[in-house]
Amino acid sequence: MFESLSDRLNAVFDKLRGRGALSELEVRAAMREVRIALLEADVALPVVRSFIDRATERAVGAEVLKSVTPGQQVVKIVHDTLVETLGAEAADLAVDVPPPAIVMMVGLQGSGKTTTTAKLAKHLAEKRRKKVLMASLDVNRPAAQQQLAILGEQAKVATLPIIPGQQPTDIARRAREAARLQGFDVLLLDTAGRLHVDEQLMAEMEAVAAATAPHEVLLVVDALTGQDAVNVAASFTGRVPLTGVILTRMDGDARGGAALSMREVTGKPIKFVGTGEKLDALEPFHPERAAGRILGMGDVVSLVERAAETLDAAEAERMAAKLAKGGFDMTDLLAQFRQMKRMGGLGVLASLLPGLGKAQAAMKQAGVDDRTIGRMEAIILSMTPKERARPEILNARRKIRIAKGSGTTVQEVNRLLKMHADMATAMKRLKKMGGMKALAGLFGGGAEAGAAPPPGLLPPGLPPGLGGPGLPPGLPGNIRFKR
Amino acid sequence: MTEGGSTEVTGRGGFLARLRAGLQRTSAKLSESLTLLVGTRTLEPADLDALEETLIAADLGPAVAARITDRLREARVVGEVDLAGVKRIVVEEVTAILAPLARPLAVTAFPRPHVILVVGVNGTGKTTTIAKLGHLFQEEDYEVMFAAGDTFRAAAVEQLKVWGERLGVPVVAGAEGTDAAGLAYRAMEEAKASGRDVLLVDTAGRLQNKAGLMDELAKIRRVLAKQDPSAPHDVVLVLDATTGQNALSQIEVFREVAGVTGIVMTKLDGTARGGVLVAAAETFGLPIHAVGVGERLGDLRPFDPRAFARALVGEGA
Ligand SMILES: Nc1nc2c(ncn2[C@@H]2O[C@H](COP(=O)(O)OP(=O)(O)OP(=O)(O)O)[C@@H](O)[C@H]2O)c(=O)[nH]1
Ligand SMILES: Nc1nc2c(ncn2[C@@H]2O[C@H](COP(=O)(O)OP(=O)(O)OP(=O)(O)O)[C@@H](O)[C@H]2O)c(=O)[nH]1
Ligand SMILES: [Mg+2]
Ligand SMILES: [Mg+2]
Repeated sequence: MFESLSDRLNAVFDKLRGRGALSELEVRAAMREVRIALLEADVALPVVRSFIDRATERAVGAEVLKSVTPGQQVVKIVHDTLVETLGAEAADLAVDVPPPAIVMMVGLQGSGKTTTTAKLAKHLAEKRRKKVLMASLDVNRPAAQQQLAILGEQAKVATLPIIPGQQPTDIARRAREAARLQGFDVLLLDTAGRLHVDEQLMAEMEAVAAATAPHEVLLVVDALTGQDAVNVAASFTGRVPLTGVILTRMDGDARGGAALSMREVTGKPIKFVGTGEKLDALEPFHPERAAGRILGMGDVVSLVERAAETLDAAEAERMAAKLAKGGFDMTDLLAQFRQMKRMGGLGVLASLLPGLGKAQAAMKQAGVDDRTIGRMEAIILSMTPKERARPEILNARRKIRIAKGSGTTVQEVNRLLKMHADMATAMKRLKKMGGMKALAGLFGGGAEAGAAPPPGLLPPGLPPGLGGPGLPPGLPGNIRFKR
Repeated sequence: MTEGGSTEVTGRGGFLARLRAGLQRTSAKLSESLTLLVGTRTLEPADLDALEETLIAADLGPAVAARITDRLREARVVGEVDLAGVKRIVVEEVTAILAPLARPLAVTAFPRPHVILVVGVNGTGKTTTIAKLGHLFQEEDYEVMFAAGDTFRAAAVEQLKVWGERLGVPVVAGAEGTDAAGLAYRAMEEAKASGRDVLLVDTAGRLQNKAGLMDELAKIRRVLAKQDPSAPHDVVLVLDATTGQNALSQIEVFREVAGVTGIVMTKLDGTARGGVLVAAAETFGLPIHAVGVGERLGDLRPFDPRAFARALVGEGA
């Protein structure tokens, strides 16, 4: 597998760390790595180029060179440039117009248009108290209109009755009339998926837009999209008056470089992101979060929000106290596993929590993933309290007993022990470096907001001054880049 | 794979034309950077960098693109290389990587049915590909059956049923929300009872980072194996050509959890070139069974590595 973006950046900033000043040469060296990392995150090449140019220009400057902590500056500049490119904070749909407001969905096949149409309808009906009508203009894909009708039932939103054989522009006109006559506030038009090179279908889309003069034309794009994002963005922009982009499948583990490509090429805001198949899995787009994700710094805000919801406060207190003493035993590891499961599994945690990259790599090496967490838990549960507190007493006989008791193998027990030892070492290092308070903060304990994040868990080179993206120091406040 | 003329041997010229049309943008770009090389006696590092970027833009990923470009760097040492020579090297590189993996699906199971489980992330084209494969097997005179194993997504069953009706292929389906594994089991019973040669099992799209959903696939496998230890005989991962580097993680996880045995890549009729297949081939070495080049039943083609590679560099004819 390819190196993760954060690993790369870590490597770069490791090199830059501890210097008094940054030379232009060093900035360029760092940017070369940033470039590769962005490419691996699927940011489209032309977008990478202009991004790197902008970031380099800003980094190679007197201000930076005079700065006391240049490495810090570079990280901040890359991040800020990214946030800027990704655009302003989320904008909701412009549907407060004389009714009916018409919203048209367009995009490639399978990008998530129909599902997103229903999500938006639900959002508008429930959050903005609109009377919403949906209509499917998809006469290509088998059962496409039926799909929207079923989703309409699920979302409790009206759908236009299906007339078999009617063509897209005619359906669109009928839908607009129905919306007008029946007093709907918003009409959502779902359209068939189309490739931007399919002239016939692109013309059809133009015709529908011309016939309905939509207030919003939203390009629905899969967050997993690769380099083709630029072609798609450019072609659709050229044919219909796009007003925004919606990125689907942000619940996947792709870095989502397509967000940057789309924003840059269409020049339109990313209005929402889809985070699941269910109809409530629609969220406003947050440039800061997306930037953190593309840069592999973790979606800190989301993590903290989720953590605040799921953390068991008492357990967190206990953990904090424990950590303050410097012990990290099997009971703590067990608590960690359970916390991970509650927070949506290892995958989510790892993608959200910056600096966990290394810990995750260690776990992965040890064979830990969502599926094996259960087995790991079973192993710990088969230990006696004494063994959990002092795993070093585990001899061969004890290991065999534990393996039997947990339905695992001695090998697995050993792997767990090794992982625990690695983590304990990391914790010790952390303590030496004085990051205990902030770490305690991570677990919800009594750290003060703004406490320095612990160097060990941060991507190295992302220094304390940058605060936010490292670890959420103290939940849930103060988790942003300081400007 | 045979040399040169093999691209025409398929006798399905439409495919090449469409694939090439789809790859036009790459080709244009690649030709542009290669044209830069024509006037010079040797390949300049800057030109090679430009070529490397072109390959990156085709989703080959930075690492594979670098490998191919390095090969060209060596070619410079040997002597003067013209445009055609450079293209040839790139085509050779890509073909060499992909050729060993081109392998159509074959109905071999005995006793019947030959069970093919189709998996992948959301919206890649699984259901459509099942319809296309059903059509293909029918043309080869096999008796086909579909199992509507996507019991989750709205109208997923209806979608497969429409295809089944068009093809005259029976579809085993349950109500929305039925257990997919249970349905697969029942479908296999019915396929056996009615003497079907091939059973194609559709599944709901799922992202590979969702452990719970992925485990469901493992369960479907187990249940199928209860009736025939060698079933499913193929587990086909459907990849969308527009997907970027995340496709590699899709292959890795689906292979591990669902035991993927081969790949079908869809949506190659657009401008996405699916260059990620090159990296995937190197990393995982899974067979590539076919490619999707459109939404209709006939739009499934055998994977032709040389044609793929040639189209990638914009080689004519
Ligand atoms: N995980 C996840 N799946 C999604 C999301 N949005 C849509 N999907 C799934 O993606 C698949 C395709 O979604 P559709 O809404 O049918 O896509 P479409 O763009 O309408 O497809 P066509 O009409 O065929 O072009 C379905 O399985 C959806 O459930 C999302 O945000 N996350
Ligand atoms: N242009 C093009 N479109 C395709 C191709 N294969 C499938 N599609 C389209 O892609 C969309 C999604 O296809 P489906 O077969 O429904 O995908 P799926 O993987 O079953 O989707 P889910 O079940 O929702 O996960 C549909 O609009 C198909 O017509 C292809 O090779 N080329
Ligand atoms: Mg649709
Ligand atoms: Mg499907």
